[in-house]
Amino acid sequence: MLPIGTDFQQDFFSLFNLPARFQIDSTALEQSYLALQAQVHPDKFAHLPESERRLSMQWTTRVNEGYQTLRSPLNRARYLLSLHGVDTQEDSNTAMPVDFLMQQMEWREALDETRQTKNIAALGEMEQRAQHEMRFLQQQLAVDLDDRHDYAAASGIVRKLKFLEKLAEEIGSAFDELDS
Amino acid sequence: MALLQIAEPGLSAAPHQHRLAVGIDLGTTNSLVATVRSGISMVLNDEHGYALLPSVVHYGSGGEVLVGRAAQDEQSAYPYNTIVSVKRFMGRSLMDVGDVGNLPYRFVDAPGMLQLRTAAGVKSPVEVSAEILGALRSRAEQALGGELVGAVITVPAYFDDAQRQATKDAARLAGLNVLRLLNEPTAAAIAYGLDNAAEGVYAVYDLGGGTFDISILRLSKGVFEVLATNGDSALGGDDFDHRIYCWLLEKNGLSALPAPDIRALLTHARSAKEQLSDQNEAHIAAMLSSGELIDNVLTRSAFQDMTQTLVQRTLQALRKALRDAKLTAQDIKGVVMVGGATRMPHIQKAVGDFFGQAPLNNLDPDKVVALGAAIQANVLAGNRGGDDWLLLDVIPLSLGIETMGGLVEKIIPRNSTIPSARAQEFTTYKDGQTAMSIHVVQGERELVSDCRSLAKFELRGIPPMVAGAARIRVTFQVDADGLLSVSARETGSGKEASIVVKPSYGLSDEEITRMLHDSTQHARDDMVARALREQQTEAAQLLEAVENALQQDGETLLDAAAQAQIRGSMDALRAVIGGSDHQAIKRAVEALNLATTEFAQRRMDKSVKSALTGHKLSDLES
Repeated sequence: MLPIGTDFQQDFFSLFNLPARFQIDSTALEQSYLALQAQVHPDKFAHLPESERRLSMQWTTRVNEGYQTLRSPLNRARYLLSLHGVDTQEDSNTAMPVDFLMQQMEWREALDETRQTKNIAALGEMEQRAQHEMRFLQQQLAVDLDDRHDYAAASGIVRKLKFLEKLAEEIGSAFDELDS
Repeated sequence: MALLQIAEPGLSAAPHQHRLAVGIDLGTTNSLVATVRSGISMVLNDEHGYALLPSVVHYGSGGEVLVGRAAQDEQSAYPYNTIVSVKRFMGRSLMDVGDVGNLPYRFVDAPGMLQLRTAAGVKSPVEVSAEILGALRSRAEQALGGELVGAVITVPAYFDDAQRQATKDAARLAGLNVLRLLNEPTAAAIAYGLDNAAEGVYAVYDLGGGTFDISILRLSKGVFEVLATNGDSALGGDDFDHRIYCWLLEKNGLSALPAPDIRALLTHARSAKEQLSDQNEAHIAAMLSSGELIDNVLTRSAFQDMTQTLVQRTLQALRKALRDAKLTAQDIKGVVMVGGATRMPHIQKAVGDFFGQAPLNNLDPDKVVALGAAIQANVLAGNRGGDDWLLLDVIPLSLGIETMGGLVEKIIPRNSTIPSARAQEFTTYKDGQTAMSIHVVQGERELVSDCRSLAKFELRGIPPMVAGAARIRVTFQVDADGLLSVSARETGSGKEASIVVKPSYGLSDEEITRMLHDSTQHARDDMVARALREQQTEAAQLLEAVENALQQDGETLLDAAAQAQIRGSMDALRAVIGGSDHQAIKRAVEALNLATTEFAQRRMDKSVKSALTGHKLSDLES
């Protein structure tokens, strides 16, 4: 047989035809995503034999996973680090800078307060601040990953970003809670 | 049934026969079937010209089964034997349904899903739904003059795994090949989007008889992408009727009515609700079985007041969906209204006020879901070339597993594009431990007790090792129907054992076969004949697909020996396809499938590569 082996193991950046960098062209990512979906989506295989339907589901699942990974800055940074053999140690490394931890505690307290006082406006402001902080960390990640190749520093930022994503998620739940 | 034509090797494949496929809207109140004829999606009417089949099933004591209007005529006289709005019970236990005292049925509690005691025996909601689907299948096969290749069945977007599985089981029980379970608002968006060449972000507000969905979709040329969905699978027009019913009880100082009176008053409540869509007041007059007369006037404003909290619940879900999509009401270009219940003026007003624009009602809210489902069924059956569109839908509720302390760890978050999968590794916590249990739940809450339990299963046969040495990789896969399957594999010991787990409420193939057997409508001979025809059809489709694939890529992707091997398996299948031994055909189909596995993978690799080299988005859009 001809040597066209199943390249299911290729990394997501190659799969989406993008350079393996933190800063990516999100339009190019989306275009690749849609082009891939158009080839592999189960709707294109519904009338075909079971084996091809299964293959299509596996591929689409992978394409979706890749898109989720590359689209989210946190997931993308973590994935890029893993390609460089760096474990971000999000569960094991809890040594965070003191000022960062202080800030986190302040935010948690503020979140509890808006929940209790049902202050939707304050919650909205908090969300804005969290978004702003996350964008700032993403800019730092771009520098550490793409320019300085300082993966230890980047891992530290990933851990911070994870804290903030968790906070953003809780702010989202608080919105739902105040709305019911 | 005629077999599909297979082109001779060397000749280009003849344009294949049009495959009969339908879209079915299995609704709480009414169900419909539609198909694409000459490129136009149309609803198929019954012999009396009715498009809507009331989703009502009556079981007579002599074993006869009535579906639709005929069943509806029996509902007040025989409430226990006449099942109305069965969709509300799909995949639901007695506890889930709540207020059972005000429902005129004899419920039987059963694990996973409740059942109903009727004159024809105890029936599960799956069996009742299968009667409705069977009636629509007969209607379609008569109208189209042949057996169906498959059907797209719509489900509320907010249906969870148990409800989806129950729907798919009902379709299988009705002898339908399910091409896809399609979310109702997405089906509506297809019908609307293609009809209006819509571009931009749209909301679909779908308030049916028993379920509410809100979906936010981005429509761009050739792509329908669901950004977020939310809803309530126990909120619909029925609840508005119920508010009127409770108001009648209160006005007349009634309580604990006999079942026929409950059904009669609910029917009156429903027609009052419908009248209030065009009139300012509705007159409700009825005589109870006790001889007592009910005579009340309900004004539109009183009705709107008593149902305001229901409307608010829909707006709440709407806000959640927008937040999940990271959008605001101003970002929405249009709001498509779906479902008969959206005819209520105060719903129209509330939605219009919320979005600051008049909702779109240009497609019949009762029919738009079936029309969209038919369009998708036509594509899935393979009746169109490569010029179709891409539909990217999502899972409505997060999937998770139980962790220490009854907490949920989310594995696949809500609004993930499907199909989707996530693997999670587990390990043992005791030396020599050979089994572990895994509890899969669905929902957004932190506590397991607040989520829906989908499956509890035990992994057995883990090789005894010291604590923490075993590596059990559990994979959660959600397919394009939004259905979950779980597989597990022990990798720590080097030898892999894998299992596939099905949620406990799903029906096994054996159970489906037994139910078909038990059913008086399906004589055994019919079943054998049908199995043979299905097997022949599948075999013919497989041969056609492989032949096409070989013509396209055989020379470039396979050497002569590999091609010859596939040709050999094809000949073996052709040798048995015309015979009457469906097992022999099945074996030959499996052999051919196996022989083409590597070829299929290479073809997929090739198309993935070609997707990104040279082919730009503009090609996809044409």
